[in-house]
Amino acid sequence: MKYTIKKDPHEDERVQKIIEISGQNIFSCYQCGRCSSGCPMAEFMDVLPNQVFMFLQEGDVDTLLNAKTPWICAACFTCTVRCPVGLDLAAVMEAIRELQLRKNYDYVDPYKVDEREELPPIAMVSNFRKFTP
Amino acid sequence: MAMKRIGVFICHCGRNIAGTVDVKRVAEEIGKREDVVLSTTYVFMCSQPGQKLIEDSVKKYNLDGVVVANCSPTLHEKTMRNAAARAGLNPYRVEIANIREWAAWPHEDNPEAATRKAIRIINATIEKLKANASLEPIEVPVIRRALVIGGGVAGMQAALDIADSGIETILVEKEPTIGGNMFRLSETFPTLDCPQCILTPKMNDVAGHPNIKLYTYSEVDDVEGFMGNFKVKIKKKATFVDWNKCTGCGECLRVCPAHADSEFDLKMAKRTSIYIANEQAVPLKALIDENSCIRLQFEKKVKEGKIKPKKNVKICSKCADVCEPNAIHFQNNEEIVEEEVGAIIVATGYEVMPAEAFPELGGKYPDVITSLQFERLLAPSGPTAGIPRRPSDGKVPESIAFVHCVGSRDPQNGVPYCSRICCMYTIKQAMLVKHAMHDAAVYDFYIDIRSNGKGYEEFYHRAKEEYGVNFIRGKVSKVYRVGDKYRVQGVDTLTGRIVEVDVDMVVLATAAKGSSTVKEIAKKLRIPYDEWGWLKETHLKLKPLETPVGGVYIAGAAQFIKDITDSVSQGSGAAAKVMALLSKPELEKEPLLAKVDPEICAGCGRCKDQCAYDAITIDPVRHVSVVNEALCEGCGACSANCPTTAIQVVNFKKGQVIRAVDVLAEVF
Repeated sequence: MKYTIKKDPHEDERVQKIIEISGQNIFSCYQCGRCSSGCPMAEFMDVLPNQVFMFLQEGDVDTLLNAKTPWICAACFTCTVRCPVGLDLAAVMEAIRELQLRKNYDYVDPYKVDEREELPPIAMVSNFRKFTP
Repeated sequence: MAMKRIGVFICHCGRNIAGTVDVKRVAEEIGKREDVVLSTTYVFMCSQPGQKLIEDSVKKYNLDGVVVANCSPTLHEKTMRNAAARAGLNPYRVEIANIREWAAWPHEDNPEAATRKAIRIINATIEKLKANASLEPIEVPVIRRALVIGGGVAGMQAALDIADSGIETILVEKEPTIGGNMFRLSETFPTLDCPQCILTPKMNDVAGHPNIKLYTYSEVDDVEGFMGNFKVKIKKKATFVDWNKCTGCGECLRVCPAHADSEFDLKMAKRTSIYIANEQAVPLKALIDENSCIRLQFEKKVKEGKIKPKKNVKICSKCADVCEPNAIHFQNNEEIVEEEVGAIIVATGYEVMPAEAFPELGGKYPDVITSLQFERLLAPSGPTAGIPRRPSDGKVPESIAFVHCVGSRDPQNGVPYCSRICCMYTIKQAMLVKHAMHDAAVYDFYIDIRSNGKGYEEFYHRAKEEYGVNFIRGKVSKVYRVGDKYRVQGVDTLTGRIVEVDVDMVVLATAAKGSSTVKEIAKKLRIPYDEWGWLKETHLKLKPLETPVGGVYIAGAAQFIKDITDSVSQGSGAAAKVMALLSKPELEKEPLLAKVDPEICAGCGRCKDQCAYDAITIDPVRHVSVVNEALCEGCGACSANCPTTAIQVVNFKKGQVIRAVDVLAEVF
C-alpha cells in the first residue's frame, strides 16, 4: 500500500470540511491510541479510530469515505470522554458520515425494493443514503 | 605490630543481607577467632546508632582494628572510617567486607552457601586488615586559578560563576569567537528567544569580566601537573593581525577579493579570506585564513620555492591598505603561553554528523542539509536573513521535510543512543518555517517524539495544533531527486502504508557526537572518553561532573549531548566543584599510594611505563623509581608490573593481598 501526499493536508478542502462540521482540530491528535483501545466496537472496524485521525492528518479522506468504521461507530462517546487532548471523536465520525451523505447518492432505489409497502418508512428513508454494508 | 584486638560488625542491611545470610551464625563463627575480641551484628551499621556502636566499642574494648561487613566500600567505607576516627582509631585500620554485593545478593537462592561465603569474605578481610599500617592524609598546595576549555554556553557559565567568586579564570576557545554552537542557533526551544538576545549579554560579561582571561582562537597544547597544580601550555593560533590594534571596524572585509566557506555558517555561506567570525563576535577582531589568502598563499609558495617572484611584483595587500590602525601585518604570530591553574573544566561541546554520511537520505544533494546548517538559514543574522532559501538555486522552498533520528538510535549506521535534542529543535525549526513562510508545507517524519523537559510537550502540541505542521510516524528510507524536487519515501506505521511526498528541501536531524577535538584534549588531560567522543564521568548518577583525574571536571555537551538548560546547569555545577576545591589553601589526599623500597628497586622502569598518571620518575643518580605522591592515584598498575615487588601500594601489599586470596580460595 502506498499513499502519495499531493499537497499539504492542512490545505485539503475535505479535511477542512470535516474540521468545520465537527468543530474539532483533528491535527491535535498525537496518536496515543486510547480511543481505539477503549472502543467497544473497534473489533468490528476496518480502520481503527486512531487511524481515522492519521488518515485525516495525511489528507486521505477517500479511504475514510470507503471505510466501514464511521458507520460502525455507535456514537457511545467512550473515546470522546477518554481522549487526552479533548477531541470529540464521535463528532468527527459524524462529520465523515455527513460528508458521505451530503453526496446525495441513493444507494437503494426504493422502486426496486420488493414489498416496499410493508417495510417501515423510516427504514426506507435511511436506506436511501446510508452507506452501510 | 599485627592487630590482636579486632572488632567485627556485621550489618543486616534491613533484609538485604540478613534475608539471605545467617548473620547470627556468621558473628558466632567469626567470634571464635583468637584475634577477634568483639563480633556482633546490627540492623543498619550506616545509621547513627550503628556508627555509635563502632565508636563505643572501639573505646570499650580498646580495639586496634575494625572490620565492618556490609555493602560495597564505595558506599560506606568513609562513613565507617570516620566513625572509628571519632573514637581515636586510625581510619586506615578500618576495612569493609562486602557481604551484600558479594554474598547476599548473588546467592539469594542458596542461603547456606551465602552464609559460608560471608564468613570466608570476613576472614579474608581480617587477614588483610592485620597488616594495615596507620596512615595520615597527604597535603598538597593549591593554585587559586581555574581553566575552562571551551567557550560555549556551558564553558561561559562555568567561567562566569568561578570568576564571580573571585577566582581568576582562564577561558580557552578554539574558534575566533566565544558563543559555541548555541550562537549559531536561530531561536531556542521552548521559549523561542534568540541567542542574539540571551547569549550576547553573557558573551560580553565574559569579555569584560576583570577575573576572566580570554584566549580565543587558541588551543590547549599541553597539560602537566596534578590536582591543585596544573601547568598548561596554550597555543594562540596565527591570526596575521595584531589584535591589540584591530578595532573590528570591518573595512578590510569589504575589500578582500578572496573567499572561502564560512565556518560559522557551516558552509551555508561564503566569507572573505580576512574575516570576523560574525557580526556580534566576542572579541570583535579580524583574522586571516591562511589557506585562502592570496598574499599568504603566494608567500608560502615562494618560500617553498614553487614560484620565483618577479621583481617589483605587487601582491594583494588590499586589507592592509585600508586598515587605519595598521593592525594587519601578515606575520605568523602563533605563540605559546603558559598558565598555572588549580582546576580544569572541560566544556568542549558537540558536533553533528554531516549530511554526506547519509547518501540514501539525499545527503549528497545540496538541498539536503543538517539541522545545524538549517539553523543558519533560519537565523535572522544568517546568510538568508531568516527566510530559508535552497542552497542550490536560492529559491524559497514551498515545502520542507524534516527527518528525525538520522543516525541516532541506529547502531548500524550511526550511534546507538538518542541524541536527545533533535525532537525539540526539529519541532522548533518546523514552527520557525511556518513563521517565516506561512504557506509552506512542513512534513515531520519521526519515530518517537521525545519531549522530556519543562514546557517541551506543550511546545510539541502547539506545533501540532496551532502551527499546521504535519507529523508522520515512521522513518524515512530514501530521498531522491525528481525533477526540481526531492521525493521523500517514508512510511506511516500508524496506518501501515508507505507515504511519499515531494518537497523542495530536506532537513536531516543528524546524530550528535562529541567534539572532534575532544579526544586530543582528553589524552592530554588523561581523562577517559567513549567511542562517540563523549567524556566519561566518574559516576553517571552521583558524580556526573567529575572525572577520574582529580581537579579535572566536565560540563555541558562534552559529557553527553544536552540542551541549553542542562548545559547551563552543568556549567554552574562544575563551577561549584572548582570553587569548593580552590576554597582550601591545601588539599587533602588519600595516602593509599604507591611506595618504592629503594633497597630492592632495580630502576628497570616498568612501573614508569605502566603509570597512567605520569607519577613515576627514575632517579638518575640512585637509579631507582620515585613516586610523586601528589600525582599518584594508588591504582596499583605499577605494583602488578614490578618484577621485584619493590613498588607496592600502601595497605595493599603483596603479602596482604595474597593472604586474603589464600583464605578466599580455600577449598570448600
